[in-house]
Order: sequence, then C-alpha cells, then structure tokens
Amino acid sequence: MKPVFMTYTKKDLINLAVCMVLSVLVIPTFITTEYWYTSILIPWLCLALATIGQQIVMGYTGQLALGAAGFMAAGAFAMFNLILRVPDLGFVGSLIVSGLIAAAFGILFGLPSLKVRGIYLMVATLASQFFIIWMIDKFGWFKNYDSSGIITAQDIVILGKPFTTPLAMYFVCLAVTTVLTLLAMNMARGSTGRNWMAVRDMDIAAESMGVSLLRTKVQAFAISAFYCGVAGALFAFCYLKSLEPVAFDIKLSFKILFMCILGGLGTINGAFIGAAFILLFPVLLNAIGNNVFHGAIDATIISSIEQVIFGGLMIIFMIYEPLGMAKLWENIKQKWKTKIPSSTNLKSFGKKT
Amino acid sequence: MAIERKFKIGKPILEVKNISLSFGGVKAITDTSFDVLEHEVRAIIGPNGAGKSSMLNCINGIYKPQQGTVSFKGKEIPNITPNLMAQMGLSRTFQNLALFKRMSVLDNILVGRKLHTKTNFLEVAFQLPKVKKEEKINRERSEEIISFLEIEDIKDTPVGKLPYGLQKKVELGRALATDSSVILLDEPMAGMNVEEKRDMCRFILKVNDELGTTMVLIEHDMGVVMDISDRVVVLDYGKVIGDGTPDEVRSNQKVIDAYLGVEH
Repeated sequence: MKPVFMTYTKKDLINLAVCMVLSVLVIPTFITTEYWYTSILIPWLCLALATIGQQIVMGYTGQLALGAAGFMAAGAFAMFNLILRVPDLGFVGSLIVSGLIAAAFGILFGLPSLKVRGIYLMVATLASQFFIIWMIDKFGWFKNYDSSGIITAQDIVILGKPFTTPLAMYFVCLAVTTVLTLLAMNMARGSTGRNWMAVRDMDIAAESMGVSLLRTKVQAFAISAFYCGVAGALFAFCYLKSLEPVAFDIKLSFKILFMCILGGLGTINGAFIGAAFILLFPVLLNAIGNNVFHGAIDATIISSIEQVIFGGLMIIFMIYEPLGMAKLWENIKQKWKTKIPSSTNLKSFGKKT
Repeated sequence: MAIERKFKIGKPILEVKNISLSFGGVKAITDTSFDVLEHEVRAIIGPNGAGKSSMLNCINGIYKPQQGTVSFKGKEIPNITPNLMAQMGLSRTFQNLALFKRMSVLDNILVGRKLHTKTNFLEVAFQLPKVKKEEKINRERSEEIISFLEIEDIKDTPVGKLPYGLQKKVELGRALATDSSVILLDEPMAGMNVEEKRDMCRFILKVNDELGTTMVLIEHDMGVVMDISDRVVVLDYGKVIGDGTPDEVRSNQKVIDAYLGVEH
C-alpha cells in the first residue's frame, strides 16, 4: 500500500538528487566559459524564481496578475538600500528583508483581486508595475541620489567572503533558488496549495468549505511578490550588476508571464522549463542564423522572427496544451510507459492467432 | 425506518424564520419558515422555480435575504457568510456541481478538511512535524470517506474527467470531510439513473445513520424523497404549502394540486 501521508514519493527524491548532482557537480566541471554563467545560467535561475512567484498567483490561485517585474524592482532596490544603509543585515538577511518589502507591495496590489477578476484584475495589477517603477524614479533616495540614473550593485559578501566570480554567483543563485523552490513545492503540495487551487477552480465552493477568499488571495499575492522580490534582487546583483528601473519594465513582466504559460500553469517545474525555453530560444535562433545562414539574415530580422515564433507558440499551446510544456513532458513520459507493455501485448496477441 | 436509530431525532438545530428574498422585482421566496431537527433527514421539495435552491443559498449565506432570520444551533446569525456557516458546522453541495475540476478526488476531499487544518503557510513550507502529523490525520480521514463512498479506484483522477454520477459522489464526500453536523444537499440525485439514485440514497441514509449527520436535501423526484426523509417541506412559488411527514405531505391537497395541477 502506498503511504497515505507522504507528500514526497521516491521518484521525487530521485529527481531532486539528479537535479542537484547536475547543477552542483556536472555543470561546474563541464561548463567553463563565463558566457554560460553570466548570460544563461544565472538569469535562468533568477527568472525561474520569479516565474515560480507568477505561478503561485496565476497558476495556482488563478488570479491573472501582470506586474512581476514591478515586484522584482521593489526587491532589487530594497536590496541595494538595505546593503547600503543597514550593512549589519548581511547579504542573506537583506535578501529576505527585500523579499518581505516586495511582499508588502504584493499585499497592497493584491487587494483588488477581492473585487475584480480575470482580465480586469490584470489591468488593476498593472498598477504595481507602473507605480513601483515611478516611485523609484521619482524619489532620488531610492537610488542614493545618483545623478547618472544607473547605479552599480554592491559586491556580494556572505560571511566575510566575497562572491564575485561568475561561478560563485551561480552558486549563490542556485542555493537561493533551490531552497525557495523546495519551500514552494511544500506549500503547493500541502494544505496551502490545496486552498490556492480550490480558490482557482471554484471560489464559491471553496468559501463554503471554510477557505477564506480574502486570506487565500492576499496570501498568494504576498508569497508571489516575495518570490519576485528575491528574484529581482538576485537578478540585479548577480546578472545585471547595475540597477536601473528601466530594466524592470513591462517587457520583463510579459516575459515572466510567457514563461509561466509556456512552462505550464500550476506547475513548479514548468517555471524552470518555461524560463529555459524563453532564454535559450533567442540564443538558438542566433546560432542558426550565424551558422546555417552565415549571417545572411539580418540580426533585427532574427529578433523579429523570434517574436513571431513566440506568439505562434503561445497560440498553439493555448489551443492544444493549455497546461504547457510541463504537461507535454508528462504526456511524453506517460506514452513511453504505456508503449512498452502495449507492444508486448500485441506480440503475444499475434502469436495466439 | 422502523429500525431503532443510533442517533435519536432531537431539538431543532436549524431554524429559518420569515425569510423573504427577491431579485429586483422577482420574488423568489416569500415569508418562509421551517425548522430542521437534529439528526433527521429533511427534504425540501417543490416544482421548478419554487425557490428551493434559493432557500439553501440563504441558509448557507450565498444570498442575503431581504427579510427574516436564520438560527443555527440555537443562535441567530445576523451576518451570514458561507465561510462563517462552514466554521459553525454547516456544509453543502451544489446543484450544478462546484468541484475543483483540476484537482484529484483525494485533493478535493482534502479541501473539505480545511477547517481541521490549523497550520499556516510558513509551517507548511518548512514541513514542520506538526504539519506532517496534521496532514496524516486529514489524509486518513479522507481515505476513510473515499472507502465509505466506494470510490477508491478513482481517488487520483482529476475530478473534471469523471462522469456526472461520480462527481456528485465526490461532492458528497467533500461535504462529509468537513465533519459538519448539518449537510445541505442541493439536488444530489439530479441527472442520475435509477441505480445511481439508489446508491446515493443508500449513502445519504448511511451517513445519517452512522454519523448522525443532519441532512437537508432538495429533490425533484417525489418517490425518492418520500422513501428516505423523515420530514418534508413543500415549497411552491416561494411559499410553504406543506410541511410534515411524507405521509402527511402526500395527502395534503395543496401539494397534490401543485404537483398534478388543478382545474380553476
């Protein structure tokens, strides 16, 4: 009999072990070019973390929210100011507090979800995107009165040790992402996640079962913003290495939304798949453009083609697989599993006749 | 019904007094009063549009009646919300199925355990020992309900993929998981075939018998209702036209008129 109370099966633990070995041992030994760390792996981890935040509010709780980048900006600038003004907090402490500050914004901008839903909520949550960026731009204090408008992020120092090489920064991102992903999985599979999904699937019934809509929605927004805030801080400190509000514009919010949808709504692993796809796809297209067509196609055309293909994919996924790539992957695995026994059945069937 | 019951029918647990509800100019319920006794199976019947579902929605707090009061467990409740009623021990099912479609049967029933879940999201995130303990208790209770309803083989299936009859069963299971003292069933047998109906009747009686849960059900099918309920209230055009035991109701002239029509 299957144990009824375990949230994790053996398969999950094996998956986790494989992921950890890959990311901690295999990647650092085989990938030595800095480009991969600074341009792909680090942003991938940061954006996957933000996508998990988007998943919590959109995929699990079913609240259409668009403004992840706003919360990321809140996290990034909170981090900068905390390290600048409260150096005693340390890197990890500042990271947590900046997440909490983003979460406070999340609560504030999540409140409309109690009254409006669907596409109207999406418009309402856009306020967070514009308000936070405006606030940072408007008040010089947030940027420490820097006249250039672009400020350099401080070096990462944890317990007196500097983490400045790409590999070290990759490990910082990896550690934070791993911990937060595990926590998100615990929530998603536990009673918290069930409340979220109950609100998503049928809010009246959820309420009749004693699930408070106010609490659940606001909680989801707060947790989502916390994840986005931490992701934003990492994104600024490990990837951008400079802070400017423009980096967190609405384009980034849309990017995270696409990662969420393409990866698969309501899945945690979908966040990683979606983020990887959206980050790697342009790289792949560029490589094709350079190697197959030897630069005959203009770079601007390639980036336009990229938009066209993304748009097409979004439509295709919405029609044929609304649950995204994570579901696609599940289906492929399922087919593999069922293919083997069914083919043996056919053989034995053939022998009988 | 002749067999000795484990839970004797007791005092009124739910009282509805002078409820009036209208949507704009349309009067759904007019000055309706009735009560439900502890541990009984109480049916609300009536022709289409008689205000049965609206009545349940008033009791449950989804609709706010313009007039009248609802008392539960001896207390008059001024600001009814579905959440408050759930906390007081009143659960329900819905006419048009309100299941969590993308979640598995087990998860749906586990949501019904919400009020027995006291841990917050941080404790869940860090999987503290007390979370595991609580989860274990909730899962065991849910599994009990699943085997009680004889739906073990579909417990990991997403509810949206199940046929209608099974979905109704899951909805009953979710209401049961709350361990409420009163369960409101909104047309639990609508759209079922004879066999499924018989099954559902058996479960309703079994729950009432073994757990002592007070059942309030709305039903179309007169025959079914008369067989399983202790008392029946008949609504027509938002008014009570009959109230009493199945036999009393059956011989009530107003009820006969409402159901069979009358020459004017």
